[in-house]
Amino acid sequence: MEKLKIDVAYVAELARLELTDEEKAVFQPQLENIVKYVEKISSVDVDGVEPMMHGRELVNAFREDVVRPGMSTETALANAPKRVGDEFLLPKIVEGAES
Amino acid sequence: MSELCELGIRAAQEGLAKGDFTSVDLVRSVIESYRRKNADIGAYLTFDEEMALKAAAENPGSVPIAVKDLINVAGQPCTCASKMLEGYVSPYDATVIKNMKAHGFIPAGRVNMDEFAMGSSTENSRLGRTRNPYDLERVPGGSSGGSAAAVGADMCIAALGTDTGGSIRQPASFCNCVGVKPSYGRVSRFGVTAFASSLDQVGPMTKSVEDAAILLGAIAGHDEMDGTTPRDAVPDYLKAMEGSSMKGVRLGVVREYEDAPGMDADVKRITREAIDRCERAGAEIVEISLPHSQYAMAVYYIIAPAEASANLARFDGVRYGHRSDMATDVFSLYTKSRAEGFGAEVKRRIIMGTYVLSSGYYDAYYGRAQKVRTLIKRDFDAAFEKVDAILTPCAPTPAFKAGELQDPLTMYLNDLFTIPSSLAGVCASSVPAGFAAGNLPVGVQFICGGFREDRLLAVSKAFEDLIKGE
Repeated sequence: MEKLKIDVAYVAELARLELTDEEKAVFQPQLENIVKYVEKISSVDVDGVEPMMHGRELVNAFREDVVRPGMSTETALANAPKRVGDEFLLPKIVEGAES
Repeated sequence: MSELCELGIRAAQEGLAKGDFTSVDLVRSVIESYRRKNADIGAYLTFDEEMALKAAAENPGSVPIAVKDLINVAGQPCTCASKMLEGYVSPYDATVIKNMKAHGFIPAGRVNMDEFAMGSSTENSRLGRTRNPYDLERVPGGSSGGSAAAVGADMCIAALGTDTGGSIRQPASFCNCVGVKPSYGRVSRFGVTAFASSLDQVGPMTKSVEDAAILLGAIAGHDEMDGTTPRDAVPDYLKAMEGSSMKGVRLGVVREYEDAPGMDADVKRITREAIDRCERAGAEIVEISLPHSQYAMAVYYIIAPAEASANLARFDGVRYGHRSDMATDVFSLYTKSRAEGFGAEVKRRIIMGTYVLSSGYYDAYYGRAQKVRTLIKRDFDAAFEKVDAILTPCAPTPAFKAGELQDPLTMYLNDLFTIPSSLAGVCASSVPAGFAAGNLPVGVQFICGGFREDRLLAVSKAFEDLIKGE
């Protein structure tokens, strides 16, 4: 297997995490170490082995598709960092749109 | 017995039934203990005394339970020990809380933890420090460190914790309490902040095995809000424990664990003595092999961060949780809110998880880890053909000093013995087994097959009787 190397600054961007230069400097060697450690699974023979996706074998859990009362708008908005009326307030997403 | 807060669940229920005291008396005693000890021990993050007293008055005969601060209780904070959720108020009760209330328990107090349950010392809490009641210089373990410290210091009657890779069992070992990690699917996860969804379970942390059986029986069972909980009835765990004994129990001892790296000499001795005790009491000791356990840590530190990175993607500063004041657009709203809200260990795991799931690496890491997980599970399946239960150390060392473990990978090694059973989805307990140098508690771990909590509790109780009988 080709030697894989983690680029912490790049992956943090994928994860939508802003890191300080200091964090990058600390995390880079730490995560390299962790990645190196977990690579020990590359030596295990897994030919023909099914992946275990969950803590137990699962089957679909169905229920009747009926309308039931849900959370009220007010409750759902109660923890919003910023709101206007019955909506979450966000910075402008689409260029040229009103924010 | 000098104070009511020293009671366990069973004794409290008996006293309430006899009319010796009321639920309000119990809660008052717990509050008094909290007020007296929390400055030193820091087990609780917050304690809504008024709500607890009101609930006790309205529910005569009920027993208060301390709740780890990632389980939602309507109207209460649920911080996950993170700055991300400071000020958050839960809109509803988690299913475990609903179930618990229906069985004569009330939530009382929010206990500390590692941020988002990531850690083995509770040092990753961003909202408070918890100390080990047996030695204030040492950590209580983690991530359910607040639960364990509250039980160990008699600051509660019992507590709820959660366990993803050892987060109930290792702190139980460090603080001299009983902890049970139920089989995956035994207890609903609805309303419990998700860390790694294929591993997380809620479980009891108590002063005795009997108490653990009572509390587990109260929270377990099918929940239509969690598709992983089967419809099977929950067995009567107290009944399963009746007359339990070590006689004839086929007890597995894992060959590979004898010389595990980093094993403390006292832990080794106490585990050896535990095995001897069980054998003298009539258990048949069977040497077994879990050959793929050596890969369990590596598998876990791929799967758990991968699932965590997906679960924590919901924290974006939009609907709830911390929002940065520095954001200028939506992208910086995400990146800055998350940068300010999450602590170092959570950031590391999000990065690790994003990395192993990213395009080009998925098969080599996540896909392969899931296959090795199958092999780990098969090892347990094979073992349980030959034995009824497995006995292992719980953690490789007793409680360590705060600040002692700085390297993340070294900290991860704390869960060496607890992670394999978590990956296999089976049930396991931690039961006090003795004391290491410096009067530090040490527990041993019992592991039984999936949904065999009846057997797990019976064996744990038999072991507890052996320890208490000496």
